Amino acid sequence: MMAKLTIPEEELMSPGHMGCLGCGATQAMRYVLKAAGRRTILSIPACCWAVMPGVWPNTCLQVPELYTPFETTGASISGIRAALDALGQEDINVIGFAGDGGTADIGIQALSGTADRQDNVLYIMYDNEAYMNTGIQRSGSTPIGTWTTTTPVGSTQEWEKSPKKNMTAIMAAHGIPYIATATTGYPEDIIKKVTKALSIKGTKFMQIFSPCPTGWKMDPALTVSITKEALSSRAFNLFEIENGAYKVTMKPKKTPLKGYLMKQGRFRHMPDDLIAEVEADLDSAYENLLHLEECTRKKA
Amino acid sequence: MVKELLTGNKATAYGAMLARAQVIPAYPITPQTTIVERIADLISEGRMETKFVKVESEHSAMAAAVAASNTGARAFTATSSHGLALMHEVLIWAAGARTPVVVVNVNRALGPPWSVWADHQDAMAQRDTGILQFWCENNQEILDTVIMAHKVAEDPDIMLPALINQDAFFLSHTSEPVDVPDQKMVDDFLPPFNPKEKLDVDDPKGFGSLVMPPQYMEFRANMARSMDRARDLIRKVDKEWEGLTGRSYGGMMDMYRCEDAESILFGAGTMMSTAKDVVDDMRNEGRKVGIARLRIFRPFPVDEIRYLADSVKAIGVMDRTYTFGQGGPLYNEVNAQLYNHTNQPFTKNYVIGVGGRDVVPRHIRSLFDDLEKVRENGYGEEGEIHWWGLLDGKTPREEM
Amino acid sequence: MPGTIDEIPITPINTTNSTAVKTGGWRAFRPICDTDKCIKCWSCWKFCPDVSIAIGEDGPIYDYDHCKGCGICANVCPVKCIEMIPENK
Repeated sequence: MMAKLTIPEEELMSPGHMGCLGCGATQAMRYVLKAAGRRTILSIPACCWAVMPGVWPNTCLQVPELYTPFETTGASISGIRAALDALGQEDINVIGFAGDGGTADIGIQALSGTADRQDNVLYIMYDNEAYMNTGIQRSGSTPIGTWTTTTPVGSTQEWEKSPKKNMTAIMAAHGIPYIATATTGYPEDIIKKVTKALSIKGTKFMQIFSPCPTGWKMDPALTVSITKEALSSRAFNLFEIENGAYKVTMKPKKTPLKGYLMKQGRFRHMPDDLIAEVEADLDSAYENLLHLEECTRKKA
Repeated sequence: MVKELLTGNKATAYGAMLARAQVIPAYPITPQTTIVERIADLISEGRMETKFVKVESEHSAMAAAVAASNTGARAFTATSSHGLALMHEVLIWAAGARTPVVVVNVNRALGPPWSVWADHQDAMAQRDTGILQFWCENNQEILDTVIMAHKVAEDPDIMLPALINQDAFFLSHTSEPVDVPDQKMVDDFLPPFNPKEKLDVDDPKGFGSLVMPPQYMEFRANMARSMDRARDLIRKVDKEWEGLTGRSYGGMMDMYRCEDAESILFGAGTMMSTAKDVVDDMRNEGRKVGIARLRIFRPFPVDEIRYLADSVKAIGVMDRTYTFGQGGPLYNEVNAQLYNHTNQPFTKNYVIGVGGRDVVPRHIRSLFDDLEKVRENGYGEEGEIHWWGLLDGKTPREEM
Repeated sequence: MPGTIDEIPITPINTTNSTAVKTGGWRAFRPICDTDKCIKCWSCWKFCPDVSIAIGEDGPIYDYDHCKGCGICANVCPVKCIEMIPENK
């Protein structure tokens, strides 16, 4: 019997990579490459993905990849695109693939420059909500209440105190033509959005929520199912912003936030009143998203 | 060739145009700004076919240039002072990635205190990055060096980035007559950039990955060897350029009236033009003096320094900056080359002209006088490192 | 692997497919599929982060040289036909 597959069969990521058990970021790469195809150049800064392809001379990636300093992904993909334009090779996809720290924190300046110039590139932030490659330190993308090695939970309760940085809103403020969120539990959705992004000229930004069992203190077998609970608890939302118009691409039935949190050691210390506070904020952020969808509809 | 009146910054832009730089990511900084302005003009006038990426910082300028070079395009950028300091990380990266990006640096002091004037700390602080360093004393040399530096940097045996230095305002904003070589001649001299390895979707490879300790050292040794090989190539390219234009910059070092000289001054940049003028006068007076001007700082002109050491009695080393700890950078380098050499002339360090302070003919003359005096009588109260012309509270500023 | 400075490229250029690296040794639990129960939905193939499942006639074919034993396949299987067996048994 011929297999009926819902995502492209061709693999541009090989086994033998250095990703941890159940790594969401490797799934993200696998799906992005399935969508982008062979005529793609990747730029990867310091992050898990700087190590996972393998130690020289190995690589698990079947497309050309350029490793760069931590904060330079935006500038690097702009440089690649400028060179391709100069060399008359305009039909090649240029994709930056950076972690949340490399995007929301140290790389935000160069990314802002790229978006401001509307350079024709796709920037992908694979979001595992902390600096995982260096060993689980908090980043701008770490949500409230999270334990990390720099937000330890001792008697003084030094867990992460500030909300997850809203990168899509920051990118929307740059007026770029396409922004989307996605998660590794929905590969078809990633592929659809990457394909769409690559069909649009200008700067495109995607935030792919990618579970990290190691950093989230979670059973690696739960990498896929946890993304479904992240969505239903509103810890992460799937939407697109196309030319300023918001579209919520998945509206799952609400489940309690606590169910999502308690499966992960990084949240298990959170007291009920803090969970209630965070849940109210996440619910209101989701409502806000629906309002944005409503009031930007005409623009679509 | 056409003779035009060009500032150092315009000469820089013309150099990039003649070298057919394909990608120029750049960010403005005083006193480099007129370079990026002129490049923008040349593009808008249709005289230059270049992708000009208006980045948001020097760090991104260099990062985009490196990525463009990795993609197979000739990349160029220009900066100054704090901009070069901000690039530091990516200069190291460019060298390790073996991307021959050419960077023109307008030498300017770093703050605080804020200063926009000529000073060599910016470039000297990049000594250990693995970038080739060319130093210029006039605007013709800047234009010529942009073209020559691309040729040296892009050679398959070298493949290292290059930094070209020109003094703030003394060159960047001063007009001089410059021969603008014709494009055909430059094209014959400098073929299109065609690296052996580049990002290529038809032959996918990864560039710059993690390397384990058993291999990392070999990559660094390979870089060191390329840097050493650059000496001969720089001499050869200088000769080739001389054959085409009649202009040589001395290969690895610019020696001026050093034959039979007993005392020489060694230093970098525009103050050495002044010094050459003074040497002419002093030679007329029968003084055996000469000038060695730094042309290449990396790789260091070891043979040239030792060659001079075999004939001169004293070398005064002029540093337009300091290393804060022990001596000016050029002084330390010169002494290092002499320690394992048979002939060791007397050396003294003159820290001078820091932060754009004028270096005028009488200073040069007094340096030679001092050098001869201390060679005979010992260093005296000032010691071997002398901050020349510091205000003493008694002498009027203009006398210092 | 090339070693001397004459043999190495000027900068690390990665060309060897990582398939040469056998990550199967990391595995503590081995996935076993009961192909009689398998409905060939290929969720296991789709979600495998280690690209270690091939599409076979009767169900998933595991590449035990590379499978790290994360258990995602067993977790996502809608008919629960994949079992994770301890490697030491």
